[in-house]
Amino acid sequence: MNVTIVDYQSGNISSVINSFTEVAKGKINLQVTSDIKKIKSSDKIVLPGQGSFKSCVDSLNGISGLVDTLKDFAIVNKKPLLGICVGLQMFADIGYEEAETRGLGWISGKVSRINNQNGQFKLPHIGWNEIEIQKESRIFKEIKNKSHMYFVHSYEFIPEDKSVISATTDYSSKIVCSVERDNLFGTQFHPEKSDKIGLKVIDNFLKL
Amino acid sequence: MLKNRIIPCLDVKNGRVVKGINFVELKDAGDPVEQAKVYSDSGADEICFLDITASNENRETIIDIVRKTAKECFVPLTVGGGVRTIQNITDLLLAGADKVSINTAAVKNVDFVKEASKKFGSQCIVVAIDAKKVSENKWEVFTHGGRNKTGIDAAEFAKKVEENGAGEILLTSMDKDGTKSGYDVDLLQTITNSTNIPVIASGGVGTLDHLYDGIVKGGASAVLAASIFHYGEYKIKDAKEYLNSKNVSVRL
Repeated sequence: MNVTIVDYQSGNISSVINSFTEVAKGKINLQVTSDIKKIKSSDKIVLPGQGSFKSCVDSLNGISGLVDTLKDFAIVNKKPLLGICVGLQMFADIGYEEAETRGLGWISGKVSRINNQNGQFKLPHIGWNEIEIQKESRIFKEIKNKSHMYFVHSYEFIPEDKSVISATTDYSSKIVCSVERDNLFGTQFHPEKSDKIGLKVIDNFLKL
Repeated sequence: MLKNRIIPCLDVKNGRVVKGINFVELKDAGDPVEQAKVYSDSGADEICFLDITASNENRETIIDIVRKTAKECFVPLTVGGGVRTIQNITDLLLAGADKVSINTAAVKNVDFVKEASKKFGSQCIVVAIDAKKVSENKWEVFTHGGRNKTGIDAAEFAKKVEENGAGEILLTSMDKDGTKSGYDVDLLQTITNSTNIPVIASGGVGTLDHLYDGIVKGGASAVLAASIFHYGEYKIKDAKEYLNSKNVSVRL
């Protein structure tokens, strides 16, 4: 099986590479690239994302043909794709970080700043928080409700269709922390930094 | 709900841990990679390396340690000490660090914080502030391990680094550091009240009660400690169970 971590200069992806390498351990051919041909021939794709919504979208658009290739892969052909952090946020139609920016439009919705209730909640939302599983998700197989995952973000994805939400976390309000629709998966938390339980999420994705 | 984090810090000098853990099960008590693994396996919420190597020539050493640690520890890894340029940050992140902590370079030029957070995202930029009390309810920023006075008010500076994109503040009381008499709770309160980003408390931990004070009284989002864990007085698990017993939410 070929799994591609999309390297589109979206910031620091070393931890994503390290954790997938650990879980894949020789069983899976893992590649880190933005090469369109290699992405097309992959079985699964991981779309990481760090920094701002705008900078990630700009970087993605900066690589000729990449957005269309990803859309063909995940939306038209419905092959498994996992977006992590801003990688998930970019599924939205629109984001408001830095400047109003169009997202990929794969799941209708917006990405807005978390309401910190006049400073009552520190932002970024950094640290370990419990996930509340909202529906059965294949990437949460054997993962208990209320497991701790590691978060670091100031913006949240608000999808229009609530049925895509597979888990939420409580910080100021119920924040969407994972989505699943067909073979499209996204986590707001960082499975690659969430200790053994996070590696299990990665393992579940690789075993799909 | 968001859990309060416990972060063990390892001081690394020329590639070796200073004041290392004295666990019998360790093969090499001075090996930072092995120690980080012990911490991560025992429930540390993050790991922090502070490179106290004096010379600049040894940057490769810490980078190599980060590279090896990142392949074995799957919790966030922060690296500080001698982070002065965008290239320094790039090198550490590529090696597998998740965050870098900037100290002197941020005091010298706050635009560096802005540039770094713009390039890498606020999520990986921690500003380390070393503060010393100068009068009642007044703390000043010091650099070079507490030797150099800057004349900058700590609370003002904390606000400034927040405005410039810092994602977190690592706040060390130079008065308390190494004393084991507890955090400077007043300093913590002052900084946590004047900023809206998470503050990590550092400097002075001697007992588990001190961790409680840092979080509950000082308002810190995370507590950093070195010697109480290094010498095996307490394990991470002890700290978490203690805090939990006092209704402080932690990741168990």
